[in-house]
Amino acid sequence: MTPDKLRTERELIKGNEAAVKAAVLAGCRSFFGYPITPASEIAHAAADYLPLVGGTFLQAESEIGAINMCYGAAASGVRCMTASSSPGISLKQEGISYAAGAELPIVIVDIMRGGPGLGNIAPEQSDYNQMVKGGGHGNYHLIVLAPNSAQEMCDLTFQAFDIADRYRCPVCILADGFIGQMMEPVAFPAPAFPKSEKDWAVRGDAETTKNFVTSIDLEPEALEKHILHLESKYAEAARNELRWEEYRLDDAEYVLIGYGIVSRILRTVVEKARAEGQRVGMLRPISLWPFPSAVIEGLTRRVKGFLVVELSNGQMVDDVRLAVGRQVPVHLYTRCGGMVMTTKEVFDKVQEWVAEAQNEGAREAAQLLPKI
Amino acid sequence: MKVLEKPRSFYQRFDRKPGAHPYTTHYCPGCGHGVLHKLIAEAVDELGIRDRTIFVSPVGCSVFAYYYFDVGNIQVAHGRCPAAATGIKRSRPDSIVIGYQGDGDLAAIGGNEILHAANRGEDISVFFVNNAIYGMTGGQMAPTTLEGMRTTTTPRGRTILNEGYPLKMCELLSSLPAPVYIERTMMTDGKHLMRTRRAVMKALQCQVEGKGFTFVEVLSQCPTGWKMDPALSLKWIEENLAKAFPLGVYRDEVKDREPHKRRTWIPSDEDVLKELELTLNLGAESGDGHARLVKGPIRFKFAGFGGQGLMLLGEVVADAGMRAGNHVTWLPSYGPEMRGGTANCHVVVSNDPIGSPVVGECDQLLAMNRPSLAKFEATVAPGGSIIYDSSLIETPPTRTDVKAIPLPATEIADQIGSTKVANMVMLGGLMAHLGFPGDEETRETLMSRVTRRELLEKNFAAIEAGKDQVQRLGGR
Repeated sequence: MTPDKLRTERELIKGNEAAVKAAVLAGCRSFFGYPITPASEIAHAAADYLPLVGGTFLQAESEIGAINMCYGAAASGVRCMTASSSPGISLKQEGISYAAGAELPIVIVDIMRGGPGLGNIAPEQSDYNQMVKGGGHGNYHLIVLAPNSAQEMCDLTFQAFDIADRYRCPVCILADGFIGQMMEPVAFPAPAFPKSEKDWAVRGDAETTKNFVTSIDLEPEALEKHILHLESKYAEAARNELRWEEYRLDDAEYVLIGYGIVSRILRTVVEKARAEGQRVGMLRPISLWPFPSAVIEGLTRRVKGFLVVELSNGQMVDDVRLAVGRQVPVHLYTRCGGMVMTTKEVFDKVQEWVAEAQNEGAREAAQLLPKI
Repeated sequence: MKVLEKPRSFYQRFDRKPGAHPYTTHYCPGCGHGVLHKLIAEAVDELGIRDRTIFVSPVGCSVFAYYYFDVGNIQVAHGRCPAAATGIKRSRPDSIVIGYQGDGDLAAIGGNEILHAANRGEDISVFFVNNAIYGMTGGQMAPTTLEGMRTTTTPRGRTILNEGYPLKMCELLSSLPAPVYIERTMMTDGKHLMRTRRAVMKALQCQVEGKGFTFVEVLSQCPTGWKMDPALSLKWIEENLAKAFPLGVYRDEVKDREPHKRRTWIPSDEDVLKELELTLNLGAESGDGHARLVKGPIRFKFAGFGGQGLMLLGEVVADAGMRAGNHVTWLPSYGPEMRGGTANCHVVVSNDPIGSPVVGECDQLLAMNRPSLAKFEATVAPGGSIIYDSSLIETPPTRTDVKAIPLPATEIADQIGSTKVANMVMLGGLMAHLGFPGDEETRETLMSRVTRRELLEKNFAAIEAGKDQVQRLGGR
């Protein structure tokens, strides 16, 4: 077995805790956070493990404090992480924008809950816009990865540290309350992280006194140049960091699209529909930024339509519609406020929609007949 | 003749500063920032800490401090300097971290950050420039603006009724036990410049010794913001600002404090795995070879009162299922289901990858109180079964298309000597009824989770008792 394939024995563990163990294995030694349901287990696990490996865990005075502690830690060249849930992430947005501007690698886990406002602690996917479209000010992107299992909470968090360092930008793990709270078997990767120091960081040593970290460029020419530099990084990330999963798409006529916990529900729906002889498949975006638009565009040429399913008022659907254009219909089915669709609900929607598409097809055929 | 030269911790030419004048600062004539910058640079020189120093610049006129200081520089968001400095110092304990903040930055928008960094006794030195006004944004009111003082946002003068009192940061922070050294100075004449110089030195020396949080507030001149000439501004500080903000040492426990202990341990990969309680799998994929897979997916619901150990019961079933080589999911009651007197969890065990972990319709319901049975009875699939704690549930299920198995789990547990193991009696019942989870995996699971031998024995006894009871009923 090659070292990069080396894994630990499987452990039954919550997604939230898996993220912390993965972070430690990826060399994260600084964690700053503030308690919030349903993300608190991340802080609990970080408080447990980081001191054991010579790292720092600190419960910050606020979400703003936590993200700025990460800003400092990242600027000093260490791998660091923070975690929160929707309202807490709203508070962090200022710091996230600064970190993007100052090109600081920080891993931010968002275990989404119901909103707006205080909302509730039940699972939602309503932070898509604030994380994927940029909740903070200015011209920037986060790289956003959306796990759908405890194993992926581990794997994507582990990879997030490398990605953050590679592009020098904050990376978000965007999960819903289910993925964070659910326990599943996880096989962890072996510890692996660069042992060399970052040459751009301000480490408090003789080698790095000439380095400086800032997000200010007072001269418009300089700021435009900086933004274009960020854009070129994002373009590279868009090429290299695209991740998605296809499930039974080969001969699919109808495509369900969902991420996170929704994709697990959709997988069951696909199986049920297939059992009925319907050619239904699923596309699961794993990277939400970059978004697998090209994959969707490719499917558009050969499928009869898409059904986007989300735990929100419909946020990712905008990106799907942009990719699909007006070629084929894009339907939307959502639950929100912490309500979660059952497989039956989605299955029934698929039935309605397949019937509708067939009627449409029949009508079109009927309209064509006299012309022949 | 004494040659005046720049401190070595200053750049000799300010190349980072845009424009045509690389030898002058961007500060207005008569501004106090340049003077304090120089005092800090001289102290850094004198202490020989230039290489280790990280200067954290704020938002405000001194945002561009990195034009001048030839040390590591990190520029941060408005008011967040103490938080960022915390992140730096905690990550790089050998560095010397200098926070430099103005009155708007530190006392207004960053009030929370400075309060908590001071309260934690972060091992950093903060220099607070109080000129009672916002300079960079155009002369607006600061939290330290004096009563009656006209600014662009108090055009008729600050009133206590509308804007409150000037905020006294040294006094505020000296109410906290953690800070080691707090002093307020000014720079209006040679004597006070020397006093400020000593304060800056003392604060940094304290950090070199690793003793904790130090804070120096400097009453500083802003001729532009105040619309005065430089000479008059110095006089105005002496006559007005220093009256409202009395100079002096507010805390000095430098001699009494012990240095902070600093971490030095860098663990090996083996240490990391050990601390995370992980073991590398050097052989085949786990579960291979000795897999005892369930046939189809089995969907479980475990429900009862909080404290009956139903979450743990579900975990044991999932864990044992995993050990037998199956795919498993465990989901705690979450969202709307949490209401109504039941704590419950969903478990799915399958030999195929599991789609939704949310169990709507279930195959096996284990219910340990009446509300749970009432709530979930209807969700059991036809042909499924319900095992219920008949010690606590007097009314049996009414469904005829599912198998109902009464198990007096709480009574049996009491006989064993601990009500707490009633959940394990239920587990035994499940094992006898379903043939899952297996004995071996259940044993392994419990041994990995329960360390107290006595409790472990009780758990095993409870499982056996539950099994016996269900077998006697002819449950399987």
